[in-house]
Amino acid sequence: MRVIINGQDKEFNGPKNLRALIEEVCPDSSKVIAEVNGGIVKRDAWDAHSIREDDRVELVSFVGGG
Amino acid sequence: MTQTTQIDTQEDIFELGGKRFTNRFLLGTGKFKSKQDMADSIKASGAQIVTVALRRIDLERHEENIIEYIPEDITFLTNTSGARDAKEAVRLARLAREAGHGSWVKIEVINDSKYLLPDNAETVKATEILAADGFTVLPYISPDLYIARELVKAGAAAVMPLGSLIGSNQGLKAKEFIRVFVDEIDIPIVVDAGIGAPSHAAEAMEMGVDAVLANTAVATAKNPAQLARAFALAVKAGREGYLSGLPAKKDIASASSPLTGFLYEE
Repeated sequence: MRVIINGQDKEFNGPKNLRALIEEVCPDSSKVIAEVNGGIVKRDAWDAHSIREDDRVELVSFVGGG
Repeated sequence: MTQTTQIDTQEDIFELGGKRFTNRFLLGTGKFKSKQDMADSIKASGAQIVTVALRRIDLERHEENIIEYIPEDITFLTNTSGARDAKEAVRLARLAREAGHGSWVKIEVINDSKYLLPDNAETVKATEILAADGFTVLPYISPDLYIARELVKAGAAAVMPLGSLIGSNQGLKAKEFIRVFVDEIDIPIVVDAGIGAPSHAAEAMEMGVDAVLANTAVATAKNPAQLARAFALAVKAGREGYLSGLPAKKDIASASSPLTGFLYEE
Protein backbone atom coordinates (compact mmCIF):
# COMPACT_ATOMS: atom_id res chain seq x y z
CA MET A 1 0.00 0.00 0.00
CA ARG A 2 1.49 3.35 -1.02
CA VAL A 3 1.12 6.14 1.53
CA ILE A 4 2.58 9.64 1.18
CA ILE A 5 4.04 10.57 4.54
CA ASN A 6 5.48 14.05 4.97
CA GLY A 7 5.68 14.37 1.21
CA GLN A 8 7.55 11.08 0.73
CA ASP A 9 6.17 7.97 -0.96
CA LYS A 10 6.39 5.02 1.39
CA GLU A 11 5.26 1.42 0.98
CA PHE A 12 3.46 -0.36 3.79
CA ASN A 13 1.90 -3.76 4.29
CA GLY A 14 -1.81 -3.06 4.60
CA PRO A 15 -4.39 -2.90 6.04
CA LYS A 16 -3.24 -0.52 8.76
CA ASN A 17 -4.73 1.94 11.16
CA LEU A 18 -3.13 5.34 11.71
CA ARG A 19 -1.65 4.38 15.08
CA ALA A 20 0.18 1.39 13.57
CA LEU A 21 1.47 3.55 10.71
CA ILE A 22 2.76 6.23 13.07
CA GLU A 23 4.42 3.76 15.41
CA GLU A 24 6.15 2.11 12.48
CA VAL A 25 7.81 5.37 11.39
CA CYS A 26 8.20 7.11 14.75
CA PRO A 27 9.16 5.33 17.97
CA ASP A 28 8.20 8.32 20.14
CA SER A 29 4.65 8.76 18.94
CA SER A 30 3.76 10.80 22.02
CA LYS A 31 5.15 13.91 20.35
CA VAL A 32 3.30 13.41 17.05
CA ILE A 33 0.34 15.39 15.74
CA ALA A 34 -1.34 13.80 12.72
CA GLU A 35 -3.22 15.07 9.69
CA VAL A 36 -4.64 12.77 6.99
CA ASN A 37 -5.73 14.18 3.62
CA GLY A 38 -5.89 17.68 5.10
CA GLY A 39 -7.89 16.76 8.18
CA ILE A 40 -6.51 16.56 11.71
CA VAL A 41 -6.98 13.14 13.30
CA LYS A 42 -7.15 13.35 17.08
CA ARG A 43 -4.93 10.94 19.03
CA ASP A 44 -7.87 9.04 20.48
CA ALA A 45 -9.12 8.38 16.93
CA TRP A 46 -5.81 6.96 15.64
CA ASP A 47 -6.86 3.34 16.33
CA ALA A 48 -10.16 3.70 14.51
CA HIS A 49 -8.75 5.58 11.52
CA SER A 50 -7.94 3.21 8.64
CA ILE A 51 -5.21 4.19 6.23
CA ARG A 52 -5.98 3.72 2.53
CA GLU A 53 -3.89 3.58 -0.64
CA ASP A 54 -2.50 7.02 -1.63
CA ASP A 55 -3.52 8.70 1.63
CA ARG A 56 -1.50 11.86 2.33
CA VAL A 57 -0.32 11.82 5.91
CA GLU A 58 1.41 14.68 7.69
CA LEU A 59 3.14 13.94 10.98
CA VAL A 60 4.38 17.02 12.82
CA SER A 61 5.78 17.85 16.23
CA PHE A 62 7.01 20.84 18.18
CA VAL A 63 10.58 22.02 17.55
CA GLY A 64 12.56 25.01 18.73
CA GLY A 65 11.44 28.28 17.19
CA GLY A 66 11.35 32.03 17.81
CA MET B 1 12.22 63.42 60.86
CA THR B 2 12.90 62.82 57.15
CA GLN B 3 10.45 60.71 55.22
CA THR B 4 11.61 58.01 52.78
CA THR B 5 10.24 57.82 49.27
CA GLN B 6 7.95 54.86 48.95
CA ILE B 7 9.00 52.32 46.36
CA ASP B 8 5.97 50.31 45.45
CA THR B 9 7.11 46.78 46.23
CA GLN B 10 3.86 45.23 45.09
CA GLU B 11 4.53 42.62 42.45
CA ASP B 12 4.19 43.95 38.91
CA ILE B 13 1.65 41.63 37.32
CA PHE B 14 1.63 41.18 33.55
CA GLU B 15 -1.83 40.25 32.32
CA LEU B 16 -1.94 38.53 28.96
CA GLY B 17 -4.52 36.28 27.33
CA GLY B 18 -6.49 35.95 30.56
CA LYS B 19 -3.45 34.74 32.52
CA ARG B 20 -1.27 36.56 35.02
CA PHE B 21 2.50 36.52 34.76
CA THR B 22 5.31 37.94 36.88
CA ASN B 23 7.97 37.95 34.18
CA ARG B 24 7.79 40.23 31.15
CA PHE B 25 10.60 38.49 29.28
CA LEU B 26 9.53 35.91 26.70
CA LEU B 27 12.07 33.48 25.32
CA GLY B 28 12.22 31.84 21.91
CA THR B 29 13.53 28.29 21.71
CA GLY B 30 15.06 28.24 18.23
CA LYS B 31 18.74 28.06 17.16
CA PHE B 32 20.14 26.76 20.47
CA LYS B 33 23.22 24.55 20.14
CA SER B 34 21.51 22.01 22.37
CA LYS B 35 18.17 21.42 24.02
CA GLN B 36 19.96 21.56 27.37
CA ASP B 37 21.22 25.09 26.60
CA MET B 38 17.62 26.01 25.88
CA ALA B 39 16.40 24.46 29.13
CA ASP B 40 19.12 26.24 31.11
CA SER B 41 18.18 29.56 29.50
CA ILE B 42 14.51 29.15 30.38
CA LYS B 43 15.49 28.45 33.98
CA ALA B 44 18.07 31.25 34.22
CA SER B 45 15.68 33.87 32.86
CA GLY B 46 12.59 32.64 34.68
CA ALA B 47 10.69 33.08 31.43
CA GLN B 48 7.09 31.93 31.79
CA ILE B 49 6.14 32.03 28.12
CA VAL B 50 8.24 30.40 25.37
CA THR B 51 7.73 30.15 21.65
CA VAL B 52 8.02 26.89 19.72
CA ALA B 53 7.50 25.99 16.08
CA LEU B 54 5.80 23.08 14.35
CA ARG B 55 7.58 20.97 11.74
CA ARG B 56 7.30 17.62 10.00
CA ILE B 57 8.98 14.91 12.02
CA ASP B 58 12.19 13.54 10.55
CA LEU B 59 11.36 10.03 9.35
CA GLU B 60 15.05 9.06 9.04
CA ARG B 61 16.47 10.42 12.30
CA HIS B 62 14.72 10.14 15.61
CA GLU B 63 14.94 13.47 17.38
CA GLU B 64 14.37 13.97 21.10
CA ASN B 65 11.09 15.55 22.05
CA ILE B 66 11.71 19.23 22.84
CA ILE B 67 8.76 19.22 25.23
CA GLU B 68 10.76 17.11 27.66
CA TYR B 69 13.13 20.05 28.11
CA ILE B 70 10.43 22.63 28.85
CA PRO B 71 8.95 22.81 32.40
CA GLU B 72 5.30 21.85 32.67
CA ASP B 73 4.06 25.18 33.98
CA ILE B 74 5.40 27.16 31.00
CA THR B 75 2.86 28.73 28.64
CA PHE B 76 3.54 27.53 25.10
CA LEU B 77 3.25 30.09 22.35
CA THR B 78 3.40 28.15 19.07
CA ASN B 79 4.49 30.25 16.14
CA THR B 80 3.14 29.69 12.65
CA SER B 81 6.58 30.02 11.06
CA GLY B 82 6.54 28.44 7.63
CA ALA B 83 3.10 29.88 6.86
CA ARG B 84 3.08 31.92 3.67
CA ASP B 85 -0.52 33.06 4.00
CA ALA B 86 -3.41 33.14 6.45
CA LYS B 87 -4.70 29.71 5.39
CA GLU B 88 -1.36 28.04 6.19
CA ALA B 89 -1.13 29.92 9.51
CA VAL B 90 -4.60 28.71 10.50
CA ARG B 91 -3.68 25.14 9.56
CA LEU B 92 -0.51 25.24 11.69
CA ALA B 93 -2.31 26.77 14.67
CA ARG B 94 -5.01 24.08 14.60
CA LEU B 95 -2.39 21.33 14.37
CA ALA B 96 -0.49 22.81 17.30
CA ARG B 97 -3.62 22.92 19.42
CA GLU B 98 -3.92 19.14 19.05
CA ALA B 99 -0.73 18.66 21.07
CA GLY B 100 -2.63 19.55 24.21
CA HIS B 101 -0.36 22.36 25.37
CA GLY B 102 -2.95 25.10 25.16
CA SER B 103 -4.08 27.24 22.28
CA TRP B 104 -1.83 30.27 22.30
CA VAL B 105 -0.50 31.14 18.87
CA LYS B 106 2.00 33.66 17.57
CA ILE B 107 0.93 34.40 14.02
CA GLU B 108 3.96 34.63 11.82
CA VAL B 109 3.18 34.89 8.11
CA ILE B 110 6.28 35.52 6.03
CA ASN B 111 6.74 35.37 2.28
CA ASP B 112 10.26 36.69 1.87
CA SER B 113 13.38 34.86 2.94
CA LYS B 114 15.79 37.82 2.78
CA TYR B 115 14.21 40.16 5.30
CA LEU B 116 11.69 37.81 6.94
CA LEU B 117 9.26 40.71 7.15
CA PRO B 118 5.74 39.69 8.16
CA ASP B 119 2.78 39.98 5.80
CA ASN B 120 0.61 42.28 7.90
CA ALA B 121 -2.55 41.83 5.80
CA GLU B 122 -2.48 38.02 5.92
CA THR B 123 -1.73 38.27 9.63
CA VAL B 124 -4.95 40.21 10.19
CA LYS B 125 -6.93 37.57 8.24
CA ALA B 126 -5.44 34.73 10.28
CA THR B 127 -6.11 36.62 13.52
CA GLU B 128 -9.79 37.04 12.67
CA ILE B 129 -10.22 33.33 11.98
CA LEU B 130 -8.21 32.04 14.93
CA ALA B 131 -9.53 34.48 17.53
CA ALA B 132 -13.07 33.45 16.53
CA ASP B 133 -11.96 29.81 16.89
CA GLY B 134 -10.99 30.34 20.54
CA PHE B 135 -7.25 30.82 20.19
CA THR B 136 -5.26 33.33 22.21
CA VAL B 137 -3.68 35.19 19.31
CA LEU B 138 -0.45 37.18 19.42
CA PRO B 139 0.23 38.49 15.88
CA TYR B 140 3.77 39.37 14.82
CA ILE B 141 3.77 42.48 12.60
CA SER B 142 5.68 45.42 11.23
CA PRO B 143 4.53 48.33 13.41
CA ASP B 144 1.72 49.80 11.29
CA LEU B 145 -0.87 51.62 13.40
CA TYR B 146 -3.82 50.83 11.12
CA ILE B 147 -2.95 47.14 11.14
CA ALA B 148 -2.67 47.21 14.93
CA ARG B 149 -6.14 48.75 15.21
CA GLU B 150 -7.56 46.04 12.93
CA LEU B 151 -5.87 43.40 15.08
CA VAL B 152 -7.49 44.85 18.21
CA LYS B 153 -10.88 44.68 16.44
CA ALA B 154 -10.11 41.14 15.27
CA GLY B 155 -9.68 39.97 18.85
CA ALA B 156 -5.90 39.73 19.21
CA ALA B 157 -4.71 39.26 22.79
CA ALA B 158 -1.68 41.46 22.14
CA VAL B 159 0.32 42.91 19.26
CA MET B 160 3.93 41.94 18.60
CA PRO B 161 5.66 44.73 16.67
CA LEU B 162 9.16 43.95 15.44
CA GLY B 163 12.08 45.83 16.95
CA SER B 164 14.17 45.20 13.84
CA LEU B 165 14.70 42.33 11.37
CA ILE B 166 14.48 38.83 12.85
CA GLY B 167 17.87 37.56 13.97
CA SER B 168 19.64 40.83 13.13
CA ASN B 169 20.39 41.91 16.72
CA GLN B 170 19.93 45.51 15.52
CA GLY B 171 17.75 46.52 18.47
CA LEU B 172 14.89 49.01 18.34
CA LYS B 173 15.20 50.35 14.78
CA ALA B 174 11.41 50.69 14.78
CA LYS B 175 11.47 52.61 18.05
CA GLU B 176 9.41 55.63 17.08
CA PHE B 177 6.74 53.45 15.48
CA ILE B 178 6.60 51.31 18.61
CA ARG B 179 6.18 54.52 20.61
CA VAL B 180 3.09 55.29 18.51
CA PHE B 181 1.69 51.91 19.57
CA VAL B 182 2.36 52.68 23.23
CA ASP B 183 0.38 55.90 22.85
CA GLU B 184 -2.48 54.54 20.75
CA ILE B 185 -2.97 50.80 21.31
CA ASP B 186 -4.71 49.54 24.43
CA ILE B 187 -3.93 45.81 24.28
CA PRO B 188 -0.53 44.52 25.49
CA ILE B 189 2.47 45.29 23.29
CA VAL B 190 5.19 42.64 23.13
CA VAL B 191 8.25 43.77 21.19
CA ASP B 192 9.68 40.87 19.25
CA ALA B 193 12.54 40.41 16.73
CA GLY B 194 15.93 41.98 16.46
CA ILE B 195 16.40 42.38 20.22
CA GLY B 196 20.14 41.77 20.40
CA ALA B 197 21.18 43.03 23.83
CA PRO B 198 19.68 43.52 27.28
CA SER B 199 19.96 47.29 26.78
CA HIS B 200 17.55 47.00 23.81
CA ALA B 201 15.06 45.21 26.03
CA ALA B 202 15.41 47.79 28.81
CA GLU B 203 14.97 50.60 26.28
CA ALA B 204 11.73 49.05 25.02
CA MET B 205 10.37 48.59 28.55
CA GLU B 206 11.27 52.17 29.51
CA MET B 207 9.08 53.36 26.64
CA GLY B 208 6.12 51.59 28.16
CA VAL B 209 5.77 48.38 26.15
CA ASP B 210 4.41 45.47 28.12
CA ALA B 211 6.95 42.73 27.37
CA VAL B 212 9.90 41.77 25.20
CA LEU B 213 10.73 38.55 23.37
CA ALA B 214 14.24 37.53 22.36
CA ASN B 215 15.56 34.36 20.74
CA THR B 216 18.59 34.61 18.44
CA ALA B 217 20.70 36.73 20.82
CA VAL B 218 20.29 34.26 23.66
CA ALA B 219 20.60 31.10 21.58
CA THR B 220 23.78 32.27 19.84
CA ALA B 221 25.52 33.85 22.84
CA LYS B 222 28.70 32.30 24.25
CA ASN B 223 26.80 31.75 27.49
CA PRO B 224 23.11 31.54 26.61
CA ALA B 225 21.82 31.06 30.16
CA GLN B 226 23.77 34.05 31.39
CA LEU B 227 22.44 36.26 28.61
CA ALA B 228 18.92 34.97 29.23
CA ARG B 229 19.26 36.03 32.85
CA ALA B 230 20.63 39.42 31.80
CA PHE B 231 17.63 39.94 29.52
CA ALA B 232 15.21 39.15 32.31
CA LEU B 233 16.98 41.61 34.61
CA ALA B 234 17.00 44.28 31.91
CA VAL B 235 13.28 43.85 31.30
CA LYS B 236 12.66 44.26 35.05
CA ALA B 237 14.91 47.32 35.24
CA GLY B 238 13.28 48.93 32.22
CA ARG B 239 9.84 48.25 33.62
CA GLU B 240 10.69 49.76 36.97
CA GLY B 241 12.23 52.75 35.22
CA TYR B 242 9.00 53.23 33.29
CA LEU B 243 6.83 52.90 36.41
CA SER B 244 9.01 55.34 38.34
CA GLY B 245 8.21 58.13 35.87
CA LEU B 246 11.34 58.86 33.86
CA PRO B 247 12.22 62.53 33.59
CA ALA B 248 12.17 64.11 30.14
CA LYS B 249 15.24 64.56 27.94
CA LYS B 250 16.59 68.11 27.67
CA ASP B 251 18.53 69.82 24.88
CA ILE B 252 20.69 71.94 27.17
CA ALA B 253 22.35 71.33 30.49
CA SER B 254 20.60 71.66 33.83
CA ALA B 255 22.95 71.86 36.84
CA SER B 256 22.74 69.16 39.46
CA SER B 257 24.38 71.20 42.24
CA PRO B 258 23.21 74.61 43.68
CA LEU B 259 24.03 77.75 41.68
CA THR B 260 24.58 79.94 44.76
CA GLY B 261 27.05 79.97 47.65
CA PHE B 262 30.12 79.42 45.47
CA LEU B 263 33.54 79.91 47.14
CA TYR B 264 34.55 82.81 44.90
CA GLU B 265 36.18 86.08 45.90
CA GLU B 266 33.74 88.62 44.31
